[in-house]
Formats: sequence, C-alpha cells, structure tokens
Amino acid sequence: MSASLFLALLLFMAIPGFALGWVQSRRLRADAVAGAKKGHHSRPIYHGLYTALRTIRPGIVLFLSWVILAPWLLDTILVHAHPELLPTTDARELSLWLSRTADPGRMAASILEADPGLKAAIDHRQDYSQGLLLFLTLLALSLGLVALRRAVARIAPDFRARIHIEHSVMTFLKVSSTFSVLVTLGILFSLLWEALRFFQLVSPWEFFFGLQWSPQIALRSDQVGASGLFGSVPLFAGTFLVTGISMLVAGPIGLMSAIYLSEFATPRVRTWAKPMLEILAGIPTVVYGFFAVLVTGPFLVRFGSVVGLDVASESAMAAGLVMGIMIIPLVSSLADDVIRAVPQNLREGSLALGATQAETIVRVVLPSALPGIAGAFLLAISRAVGETMIVVMASGMAANLTANPFEATTTITVQIVSLLVGDQEFDSSKTLAAFALGLALFAVTLLLNVIALRIVRKYREAYE
Amino acid sequence: MRHTIPKIMLDRVSLPESAAVADSDAVPESETKMQAAGVRVTYGEKVALSGISMEIPARKVTALIGASGCGKSTFLRCLNRMNDIIEGCRVTGQITLDGQDVQDPDLDVAMLRSRVGMVFQKPNPFPKSIFENVAYGPRIHGLFDHKEDLERIVLTSLERAGLLNEVKDRLDEPGTSLSGGQQQRLCIARTIAVNPEVILMDEPCSALDPIATARIEDLIDELKSNYTIIIVTHSMQQAARVSQFSGFFHLGELVEFDSTEAIFTNPSDTRTKNYVTGRFG
Repeated sequence: MSASLFLALLLFMAIPGFALGWVQSRRLRADAVAGAKKGHHSRPIYHGLYTALRTIRPGIVLFLSWVILAPWLLDTILVHAHPELLPTTDARELSLWLSRTADPGRMAASILEADPGLKAAIDHRQDYSQGLLLFLTLLALSLGLVALRRAVARIAPDFRARIHIEHSVMTFLKVSSTFSVLVTLGILFSLLWEALRFFQLVSPWEFFFGLQWSPQIALRSDQVGASGLFGSVPLFAGTFLVTGISMLVAGPIGLMSAIYLSEFATPRVRTWAKPMLEILAGIPTVVYGFFAVLVTGPFLVRFGSVVGLDVASESAMAAGLVMGIMIIPLVSSLADDVIRAVPQNLREGSLALGATQAETIVRVVLPSALPGIAGAFLLAISRAVGETMIVVMASGMAANLTANPFEATTTITVQIVSLLVGDQEFDSSKTLAAFALGLALFAVTLLLNVIALRIVRKYREAYE
Repeated sequence: MRHTIPKIMLDRVSLPESAAVADSDAVPESETKMQAAGVRVTYGEKVALSGISMEIPARKVTALIGASGCGKSTFLRCLNRMNDIIEGCRVTGQITLDGQDVQDPDLDVAMLRSRVGMVFQKPNPFPKSIFENVAYGPRIHGLFDHKEDLERIVLTSLERAGLLNEVKDRLDEPGTSLSGGQQQRLCIARTIAVNPEVILMDEPCSALDPIATARIEDLIDELKSNYTIIIVTHSMQQAARVSQFSGFFHLGELVEFDSTEAIFTNPSDTRTKNYVTGRFG
C-alpha cells in the first residue's frame, strides 16, 4: 500500500461520486414538470461536482495529515514498541538513528548487514507504515461512502450546490495564495532562528560593526566560536562596491537604451531590439561568470599593466562590470515601461510649445518618469546585491576593507556560499554566520524592493 | 499680412455643384494669417483629408465644426505640424503662415510651433509647479535675460489667461492640483507665454463643465484682439458664440467656409444646413 496508490484510489472515488450526484440531479429534473425546470437552483454538473468533492474530502484530509504526521508517528511507535532495538538514549543520536530508519535507500547493503538492529528497525518501520496506510485507505473509503450517501440525499431542486462549489473554489484559491506568503514567512523565521543562535555566540555589535572578517579561525572545533572574526563590515563594503560599479555600468546604458527604445526607435527597430536586449536577461549567470573570469579579469590585468595600475586577477571591477552588463536589460526594460507610461499628451503639450524632442525628453518626459526610473534602479540594485554566481567566480574571497575596485574583494553572497559549502558542523558559529548574513541580505533587498514598489505605485497613481 | 482684401475661398475641386461662393458682403474685413491650399492628409492607406483650402483671417476666431472623425482635428494639427509625430501620417498640399511655407522640410518646426501654439482637448499641465508650467516655454526659447523678466512673463500670461487671481498665492503648487477648467486656462497661459501669433484649440472645452466652459469662451473672446485663434469644437452653440468664421467639415472634406453668421443662418450647402440645424452629425 503506497501513498501514490492511496491518491489514485482517492481520485478514482471521485468518478462514482460525480456520477451519482449528476444522475440523481438529472432524475429529479426529469421527474419535474417541463415548465418547473427553472425551479432547480443548480445545474446537474454542480450537483455532481458537489457529491464528488464530498466523497473525496475525508480522504484528502486523511492524506494531508498522513503526510504531515507520518514521520513523527512512526518514530514514536518505533521508540515505544521496540525499545530493545534502540542503540542509544542520547536524544540527538537517537534522532539521527531514527532518520536513518526512515530512509533505507540511502544506505549501502554492507552497513545494514553490519547493523542487524538497524535493519530490524527499518523492517518494522516499513510494516507499520504499510499497515497504517492500509487502515487510512479503508477509513477514507468508508468515510467517503458515508459522505457520498449524505450528499446524494441532500440533492433537491432548491439545494444550492453551485454555491457550495463556488465556496470550495474560493477556498482553494485562498489556500494557494496563502501558500507563498507562508513559505516566505517560513524562510524568514528559519533565517531569524538560526541568526539568533549565531548572535548567542557572537555579539551583534561585533557582527554589524566589526571591521575584520575571518571566520576560518573558528574552524577548530575546540575553539570558542566568538574568537573567530565575524565583522561583516568588509562584506557589506565589498557588496556595495561591486553593486555600485555594476550600477555605474547598467544605470546609464540601461536608461539611454530605454530612452532610445521608447522615444526614438521606429516600431520595426523596437520589434527586434527589445527581444534582443531581453535575451541578455536570459543568459545564466554562470555564463556571465565565465565571461568575467576569462575575458574581463585578464583584460583588466593587461589594461592595468599598460596604465601602471596594480590590478588583481580577481577584482571588484571585473565582477562589477560584468554584473552591470547582466543588469542592463532589467534597467532598460523597466525604464522603457515607465517612460512609455508617460502620457502622450504631455509630450504633445511640450512639442506644441516649440520644444524640440530633446528638450521634451529632458524637461518633461524624464522628470515625469523619474519616480518610476528610480524604482527601476532600486530593483536593479537589489538584484545586484543578491547576485551570487558572478561574484563567486570573479571577485575573489579576500575580505579586504577597501575602496579600490582593482583589488580582490568579497561580498555577502560569496561568503554565504563559502561558509556553507563543504563539511562542517551545523551548529558552529561559522555555519550559523551564513544565516546571519542571509538575514542581513534579506533585510537589505526587502527594504529596497519595498521602497521601489512603493515609488513605482505612487508614480502610477500620479496619472490617474 | 499680404492679403488685405477679405476673401473666403472655397475649394471648388472638392465641393459639389450645390456649393456656392460666399457672399463677400457678409464677410467682415480682415487680413489673412494662415492659408491652406489643396491640403491632403493620409494615414497609410486611409485618406483623412482631401483638398482642403481655406484662408484663416488674422485676429479673428475661426471655428472648425463637423461630426467626429470628419478630419477637423487632423487639419488643425497640420497647421503647426503636430502630425509629424504621428507614424504613417502624410501631409501634401500647401500651408502658409504669413506667406511662409509651413511644410518646408528646412523649416525649424520648433520655431513654427512657437508662433503657432496649441491647446489640447484634455488639459495637459506638466507635472511641475504652476509657475514652472508657464515658465516652460520662455525657458526653452530663452525669452528673458533676468529672473524678473521671467516672473513678469509668467504673471502676465496667467493674468491674460484669467487665472492669476485664483493662483497667485500658490504658484509653487503642482499644476495638476488645479481643477479641470483651471488646468485648461493654465495650458492657455502656458501657450500665451511663448507669445505666439496663432493659437490652435482642439476642443478645449470638451472635458469641462458648463461654468468652466463659459470662462474659457470669455477668454477666447478677449484673446482674439491679439491672437489669431482657430478652434475645433463639437458644440455648434460654442462655434456660434465665439467665432467670426466657421468651416464645416464632412467626411474629410471642407464643405463650406464662411462667416459664422452665414454658416448658421444662411448656409449654401444642404449638408451644412442639415448639420447646423441638427438633422445629422
């Protein structure tokens, strides 16, 4: 008895559920006098849907509770029914052992042979799981049949099946929209939780204002976490340096191309130029990373040696330039939208006063679109701040607190990657630092997005 | 300026037999400011205007009337070449301003538009302060040397547009904060500030209530002593109230052009008669 079979059975039950309701409703209609058909509140299809939904509803509830509760339930049964199999009483090791029994596929056969206790536990767990699921299936079937009987009995000319169906659909829509909100909240809380654990080991003061970042020191497990250096200022500085460079590239180029596309380009040019620009947005960031490492970095080094600058092979400049190219389509596409949203009658008003097209753009169109353009820039900045792949590949790992764009630097995202990649204890301050950084990054981009969206919305209202 | 003899020209090519030349005695004496001859406008394949010829007298109000889509706005936009910015729009024929060819490709369109201003159907103040809205034209044309001159221009323009008393205490507030009628007078002030010779008005009152409309009409009446005004309107009462000359457009043709009095009391074309008496359109 597997879970997928359970689901299939559930869906199969919907068919007779629908049929019975539909047939019953049609029979009632046929019995009615020809002229009285209007007296029926709902059409047969709604009655059918109603009975079908009622039939599978107990099963859906049971299935969802099974999915949510099964691991915990099986763990509990295993612990209480077979205390002789448990290898240890330590809570943490026990939970590890239990998680192994739940996932035997991951383990090599040799491990199972060497540990008969574990193997027995796995078998027991599977038996319990099968038994429970079978019980749930029978329960779902019988409850479904009872519900079907009741639902069919309720069908009557004045029974408002359509209203019930509409309510069900609305509930489904509500659940769907709540889902993404809940996921966001879940991510936020897990970040918050781990970050709080981090701040128990390292003081927030040091994290937010410390000028040195060197989490490697805390790697030795016998060392106290706080003796690593977790000053995040260099990371923020590096992040803003790279972001700043990328915006210096993407801002002007994106804005100028938006002005060209929206004000000067003929429709024919637009039809191919805009998709071309947007293709840039579709290139995976890893590819941009290649480009930064293989082209931009070496080019900057050569350029530096010609001009007499000391350029590191991995530098904020290389990463920032390429990231800027990556963001151009974002800026130009958003700015193009807001510039085109400026009402045509403002342009005409300016032109009719004898302004040239350039004067009209500079003095009327751009000022009108300014809030929207600012919003576009903020969205682009938050994209740049959160960008990972290019900086991982091109900007280096050294947490230098420097304003020199030709030195190696590092960003928050790069450090999160390096902190979490590889084997390490999950509750070391090094690992937990990644969550604190993630939380800080989340806060920054959330703030930027909220401001940007608010500005854009305000700007839209201005013309209504 | 060159034409001192009053002359109302009807395009004989485009007119049916029934159209008669207007009685020249009924026409007030005036000089010609703008002249159109055989103007034809096409949007792609579609012919919007054919063979429009008329002489627009200086310092008078000329009304263009006719049903929606008859081409009167299109004709108005030819006069300051606003049709240039419309994709696929082609204008042929001759249009002159004081004898100077408006269609000349070498002509500076910005200069033309500073002489032939335009007020639009929907008030379109810039998202700037009231003061800056009016100062916009003088600024781009460099019409002043000192800040005091600019202030004088702005205040005079607002005064002439009959708006000064209502806004003199809040010149720094956004132009969009005004009521619809005030916004439209602000747009007129903005147009006056550039000191044009001709003002084109494209249904300037169609978005306004009757009281605001009456104010604009009074204003038009005052302005005509200094400016040549051409107004497109849907309201025949309005045309009768404010204009001295009227042209009736029908399906892209100028059916009749005459003194307003003649158009409304003694039209020579039956279509004009039907329209002004409300039988169609």
